[in-house]
Order: sequence, then C-alpha cells, then structure tokens
Amino acid sequence: MDALVNKRIKQVLKGDQNAFSDIVSLYQHKLYQICYRMLGNKHEAEDIAQEAFVRAYINLHSFDQKRKFSTWLYRIATNLCIDRIRKKKPDYYLDAEIAGTEGLDMYSQLSSNDQLPDDVVEQMELQDRIQYEISRLPDKYRSVIVLKYIEELSLQEISEILDMPLGTVKTRIHRGREALRKQLNNL
Amino acid sequence: MSTCPQHIVDYMHEYLDGDITREHEQQLKKHLQDCSTCTQHMHELSNTVAFVKSAAHITAPPHFEREVMKRLPKRKNSVGIQNWFRRHPIIVAAAVFLLFMSASLVGSYQNNEFSVTKQPNLLVEGQTVIVPEGEVVKGDIVVRNGDLIIEGKVEGNVTVINGQYMASSAVVTGEIEEIDEMFEWLWYELKTIGNNFVGLFQ
Repeated sequence: MDALVNKRIKQVLKGDQNAFSDIVSLYQHKLYQICYRMLGNKHEAEDIAQEAFVRAYINLHSFDQKRKFSTWLYRIATNLCIDRIRKKKPDYYLDAEIAGTEGLDMYSQLSSNDQLPDDVVEQMELQDRIQYEISRLPDKYRSVIVLKYIEELSLQEISEILDMPLGTVKTRIHRGREALRKQLNNL
Repeated sequence: MSTCPQHIVDYMHEYLDGDITREHEQQLKKHLQDCSTCTQHMHELSNTVAFVKSAAHITAPPHFEREVMKRLPKRKNSVGIQNWFRRHPIIVAAAVFLLFMSASLVGSYQNNEFSVTKQPNLLVEGQTVIVPEGEVVKGDIVVRNGDLIIEGKVEGNVTVINGQYMASSAVVTGEIEEIDEMFEWLWYELKTIGNNFVGLFQ
C-alpha cells in the first residue's frame, strides 16, 4: 500500500490533481472516524476530515516519502480536531448529547436491514454511550484513547502523530483509562 | 486500595499496554491473588478497554471523496500547458530560438555607438561619413548612428542605420538602404544572417 501511495504522491506533485482522489479514497474512512470520535459530531467531523485532506494536498511537497503517509495525515487531522475542540470548549457537554442523537441516526441507517429492532435499539444505546463517554474525556486524553483503541495504532505511532515523547503518550493513556473507568463507575 | 503500593496500578497499565516486564507481571499477579480491591480495579480497567473497543466502525459519507476533490485549490492548468509543450517540441524550440535571437538583436540595436565600415579613402567628420568627390570606394558601406554624404562613387551596397543618407551627384552601383525603425533593422539583420548562411553553401 505504501508503494501505491508514494506513486500517487509523486503524480500529484507533478501536477496530476486526479491522482489525489485515490489517496482520499484509501484513507477517508480512517480519517473521518478519528475526527468523528474526537469531535462527536458528524457534520464537524466531515468538515475537519475534508480540511485535513486539503491541507495534506497543499503541503504534500513537505511530506518526507521515507516516512509513513498515514502518520503524517493523522497528525494533520488530530491537530485540526484539537484546535476545533479548544475553540468551542464552553459547549462541550451540549455537543456530546447532539453527537449521541446523530450517531443514533447514522447507526440505524447503516444496520437497519439485518438486525432485529430490539437489538438495534440495544446496540444503538451502547454506541451512543461510548461516544458520550469519549466526548467527556479531556481532549489530551481523548486523542490518545481514540488513536489507541478506535484506530488501534501502536504507542510508537501515536507518539509520532501527536509529536510527543513515548513516555508522555503512556502516561496519558494510563490517565485516560483511569478517567474512563471513573466515568463508567459513576453511572 | 490505600494500603496498596502505587506501583501496582502502574503495573496494571503496563500490562494493558502489553509492555510489562516478566518481574513486574509476576509481582502484579502475586498481589492480585491477595488483594480484592486491586483485583476489582484491574477488572474495571479491562472492562473500560473492552467498552471503548466495542465502538462501531464508522465510515465516511458516500460523497466524501468528491467533496474533498471539489475543495482542492485549482492548479492553473499547469498539466495542460505541460502536455501542450510535450506534444509540440519543434514549435517550442523555434519559439525559444526566436526569443533569444530577437533579444540579442534588440540588445545590440540599443547600442547607440557610431560606427562605419572600414574602407580606405572614407572621410569621417564627427558622426558624418563623407565619400569625397573624385574618390571611388570599392565595396559596401554600412553606417550606424551617423549620416552619410556621398559626393564620389561607391561600387557596392550602401546602408545607413539611424541616420540620413545624402547624395547629390552620387554614383552607387549597389542597393541603397536607410533604416530607422527597429523592425526594419531587425529584418535587415535577419536578412544579413540569412545571406551569410546561404553564402556558406555557395
């Protein structure tokens, strides 16, 4: 996959804009998922994920092709998400609730054909709850928890994406787990 | 829990991260066998991890890729121009050649120095060249940025660039040309180059 990505990157750098659509198509779901879990709102997630691809396109010349493209791309996206979260901090909890109902709509659209209504409801409630709990985490814990448990990335990769030492990543994951544990016990 | 050492909780996290050392793991297991509070804590942490991991896989909306492509800044058709260049290499080469040629010719045109073809028995007074009465000049005369007065005879072509040609009773066997405009002059230069070029093969 890396060879294909690097080939497409070279084409884009030569001026072939259409080659970029393959890159978008490869990473769109992962990138959108990170943004959605970080922001808890599908409209914002879409906007930020698109913005991340646009920034990647504009700054593609500065990408070092010896490194992993996904790491670089995720870094752009997480930075944009963190900026967005910091700008709208006051309505943090309100947003988490909105996110819950939106997740519900989307989830029911996705799986309406092959699951029983009761199971769907049960599953939806769990999914809402997960997103709600993630949204309640302070953003410095949220980013590491999302990258570790939703994207299932290695600690080393997370440290590169967030541009922080491995030790800091570990500490944040530990604290994030403890924070989540306390949130779940309270309810 | 308050009686348990803090490092036990650290070991739990090391265990969950999958980078616990063998000694730490043994200490942790040993401690968990004796301490129900820590066992409960470990259990809650494992449940927390399982809870987050059960999050459904989220996919981008179907129009996502198209929307991204729409938002990309336009690249001033650089691909189109490049392709055109690639398809017409001879035109490009000719254009580049003409560009350099005219640049060097125009460059030499703007050089306003007076000059005249060296011929014996030509009289030069300031910027005026005189062919004295009774003299015969054998060969061509080119005067740049100066006037030419012919009172005698010239056996050849006469060219005056940026100046005036004055002749009263002159006898010129060749062509007489007066050049004032840039383009005329360019044309003259090209013709000269052409003639020289043709001359090479004759």
